[in-house]
Amino acid sequence: MSRLAVELAGIRLQNPVLAASGTFGYGREYAGLVPPARLGAVITKGTSLEPWPGNPPPRTVETAAGMLNSIGLENPGLNHLVEEDLPWLAGQGATVIVNVVGRTIEEYVAVAEVLDRHRGVSGLELNISCPNVDKGGLAFGAAPETAYALVRAVRKRTRLPLLVKLSPNVTDLVRIAQRVREAGADGLSAVNTLVGMAIDLERRRPVLGNVTGGLSGPAIKPVALAAVWRLYQVGLPILGLGGIATWSDAAEFLLAGATAIAVGTATFARPRAMLEIVEGLEGYLACQGIANVSELVGRAHG
Amino acid sequence: MELEQAEILEHREVAPGYRRLVLAAPAIAGRAGPGQFVHLRVGEGPHPLLRRPLSVAGRRGEALTLLYRVVGEGTALLATRRPGERLDLLGPLGRGFTFIDGREPLLVAGGAGVAPLLFLAAEARAAGRKPLVLLGVATAAEVVGEDELAALGIPLEVSTDDGSRGRRGPVTDLLAGRLEGKAIYACGPAAMVRRLKELAPGVPGQVSLEAAMACGVGACRGCACRTAGGYRMVCADGPVFDLGEVVFDE
Repeated sequence: MSRLAVELAGIRLQNPVLAASGTFGYGREYAGLVPPARLGAVITKGTSLEPWPGNPPPRTVETAAGMLNSIGLENPGLNHLVEEDLPWLAGQGATVIVNVVGRTIEEYVAVAEVLDRHRGVSGLELNISCPNVDKGGLAFGAAPETAYALVRAVRKRTRLPLLVKLSPNVTDLVRIAQRVREAGADGLSAVNTLVGMAIDLERRRPVLGNVTGGLSGPAIKPVALAAVWRLYQVGLPILGLGGIATWSDAAEFLLAGATAIAVGTATFARPRAMLEIVEGLEGYLACQGIANVSELVGRAHG
Repeated sequence: MELEQAEILEHREVAPGYRRLVLAAPAIAGRAGPGQFVHLRVGEGPHPLLRRPLSVAGRRGEALTLLYRVVGEGTALLATRRPGERLDLLGPLGRGFTFIDGREPLLVAGGAGVAPLLFLAAEARAAGRKPLVLLGVATAAEVVGEDELAALGIPLEVSTDDGSRGRRGPVTDLLAGRLEGKAIYACGPAAMVRRLKELAPGVPGQVSLEAAMACGVGACRGCACRTAGGYRMVCADGPVFDLGEVVFDE
């Protein structure tokens, strides 16, 4: 068994470095530079039952060591995923986790049911934390009971490993995570972007077409790391993400309690960042004489 | 799509605020076509975080020419990079211009929008076509690319906002009487492109759009523009679109 092989919420991964949802498309966009089979897994763009058009432009703006996005979960829908993207990813030998979005509980359930029967899917990540849509997303993830109801409903209809992606923009993150656990989730993804905004001084109006957006990039790493640290007590496996750009960032998340990590915004700046992080972690483990990466998980807690 | 550490061969100001950057980028230069762009890192650290998309303005052998205007933090930092240093380049990206058969190319540029059209003009000439370039700038000093065009025998007509050279007014004022039998290839500010659509409703054409971009490859869905067919991505569906399909909301 390789030093880097891990199991996350029942999903076997050859390494703990995953592509974060929404930053890697369906893998094809970066295929010439990042063979998806070399990643722990590809987490797909958030996928809804029907195609979603997304929000009005502008949808992105750069900020200090970060960026805001208000994409609004534009995606071509479940049928496109099943007919085009999953077969392609399977052909590449990729491990696939599908990020699921919906406006209603019924929509999340409908997507989960279809994917439950699909061999090319190793797990689902429920997005209850997107800050850029009025219905769905953070509307479910902002409070313990709405999060519970959604996860419970999906849990009843799928046997696939279920990760639930959480927002840091909540009053009591740990309480929400506990309810998500009680609803039957297998793991937590922490964290999604933080709500932020920027204002255009020429137009004297918000830069983003949707006014506010989600902040990502190195600027949010300490916030995400603290979230993972606190969530470790919940007892569910954690996929840590938020501002990870280097192998040392990744190692910090593992030590804070993440079983695996995902890389998002860093890929935009350095398309091969994920592959560099895999190599960097391998080197760190070899240097430290650690037989498997799972030995690092949560060790910073003493 | 290649990722290349390209050595800076030449980097100098060619007009106030305009800089020409020539890079040794064999893998990208060999495959780049007019209208395509490169996505480059202006620095090494975490800020500025994102790459900057710049149109390819020409190529010669293994050398790639970019022409850009210093407009913000990223381009200001890029302007400090010196010959001998290397830039992290992703490209060539996007869908470029395609020649419309049976019509001579009329190239309409506003300001720094001339960059991709210089490349297109050179390719048109090499293909035996007879391009005409119309360029609108603020003032005479901002006319760039004139020498390259002259060397290729490509005519250039200029308009300026201040009347210091050519006709005073927007570049679209130069269109009258010149549209017959032409195909339009445009790049410039939104106001220019909107006016172009009004003045040349039946004329086939293509326009290269600009947008803030994150990934540059179609993955993040961040650089949406409005078209008759809904939102499309400037980076991957464009940056070149049919003039008829782009929609302006203001």
